[in-house]
Amino acid sequence: MTPLLQLRNVSKSFRGLRAVMGVSFEVEEKTIVALIGPNGAGKTTLFNMVAGVFAPDSGEISFNGKSVNGLRPDQICALGVGRTFQIVKPFAGLSVLDNVIVGALERSRNVGEARRYAETMLEKLDLSAKRDLPAAALTLPDRKGLEVARALATRPRLLLLDEVMAGLRPTECDRMVALFREINERDCMTILLIEHVMRAVMALAQKVIVLHHGEVIADGTPDRIVREPAVLECYLGEETDL
Amino acid sequence: MNARATCWLAALSVVLLFLPAVANNYILSLATLILFFAYTGQAWNILMGFAGQLSLGHSLYLGAGGYAAAALYAHFDIGPWAGLWLAVALSVAFGALIGFLAFRYGVSGVYFALLTIAFAEFTRIGVDHLSWVGGSGGLFLKVAQRDEADILNLRGTPAMFYYVMLVLATGAFALCAWLLRTRPGYYWQAIRENEEAARALGIDTFRWKMLAMVISAALTAVAGVFIAFYYNNLFPEQIFHIGRSIEIILGPVIGGVGTLFGPIFGAAVLTLLAEGATELVTALGWQFPGLKQLIYGLVLLLVVVLLPNGLWSPLARKLKVAP
Repeated sequence: MTPLLQLRNVSKSFRGLRAVMGVSFEVEEKTIVALIGPNGAGKTTLFNMVAGVFAPDSGEISFNGKSVNGLRPDQICALGVGRTFQIVKPFAGLSVLDNVIVGALERSRNVGEARRYAETMLEKLDLSAKRDLPAAALTLPDRKGLEVARALATRPRLLLLDEVMAGLRPTECDRMVALFREINERDCMTILLIEHVMRAVMALAQKVIVLHHGEVIADGTPDRIVREPAVLECYLGEETDL
Repeated sequence: MNARATCWLAALSVVLLFLPAVANNYILSLATLILFFAYTGQAWNILMGFAGQLSLGHSLYLGAGGYAAAALYAHFDIGPWAGLWLAVALSVAFGALIGFLAFRYGVSGVYFALLTIAFAEFTRIGVDHLSWVGGSGGLFLKVAQRDEADILNLRGTPAMFYYVMLVLATGAFALCAWLLRTRPGYYWQAIRENEEAARALGIDTFRWKMLAMVISAALTAVAGVFIAFYYNNLFPEQIFHIGRSIEIILGPVIGGVGTLFGPIFGAAVLTLLAEGATELVTALGWQFPGLKQLIYGLVLLLVVVLLPNGLWSPLARKLKVAP
């Protein structure tokens, strides 16, 4: 079976700064994969390439067996990739419900139908009580929830989550984890997440990919990754004898 | 819409419907002017208020529409209702060209506004030298004072012009209300609020911005046809002038950009203030050239400083006609 998402030797530079270098990995259908690494490792750049914000300089990204290099973000969304933004981008002037309706309109052209679907998404994210507030009035954790609700409303096959747990309290974080596990198990959604909150990564991911200076330095199951010397080195520094 | 809003709207409809029965020609011309700016303001509001693209060159669509229909009438005796289609097509072509250049090549914000001004300006200069439509000397339609309305040729009494404008303004209002409640409205507002997030949610921003541009240009062209037949004369220096574009956007800016009723309310406030003051000054026997522009400026200044979201939203809350 072909993996749902496949990256082969993907590279991207910004004015000589090599953000991502020769990255290859696969995300199998119905799995949860975490992408971790220190700040500036190239995780968000990688996400932006998968989501079509920019095309890779070289290499190939394929979704569902077909190359998506050079497609626009809206085309990639239509193929079934939903994403959240690390720096949240709500439609500030629109109500919380309208924000999610915009996402739901991707699959249901009719506004009434989209509204009903959006309402169920808001329920999932515990935002139903705030549906009529302008998105600008939400707190940061709620804005993160709105990002997720809006991306889910597009009914993706692959969900890209960019640090949605950052800034959440541990209890809020656990609820998010439970939600992602549910949509993964019950709705068979594949999830690729960038996350610094290791508690969430360990609880969710079946596979972890570690990125450092734009390159994959390790990948494997979570408990293998945390013992990998290369990973410990990039996070904690090299062990030295004094 | 709540019950209170329905009552207000019903009362307003009655007044508007029966106004020609009670009002003299001066009042009617004033009301026609208000409706005209309410209409063009709504057309502009679709592009800026809904889709977030600031056009400062809407005089282009007004002028292109007016000139197209007037030229067909003057040269070939083709009536305004037939000429309207060419007028709309011409303005839509202009709008699509500007939209294509801007949206395909990432021209946005202030640069988009400058592009729209540039197109309006070079069209003005072009028409100034186009002798087929009279050049800078202007294009005139035969003035025919008629006591009865000849709706087919748009010749007739002030009451007829008033009703034509009333139908147009009401139609534009209904169209805007419908657009806001359907997919285009949601997508335009998403683009206005955050284009990158809109794209990530599957919105082909180019296509939807083009749609806003084309609808806005088409509606404005209809207003151009109206002015040509209402005033019976067109001068490039007037109709394509940037001052025209500014006049079009003042109503929505003062009433509330992006709101449904704001452009209509803004047009009424502005026109009544400017005309009222002019009347008053004339009645007092003073000379005050440029008074209208001064009032526009003052009102704009006050609104921008005190109520940057426009007059309508706070007033609607006071009157309890909106949440």
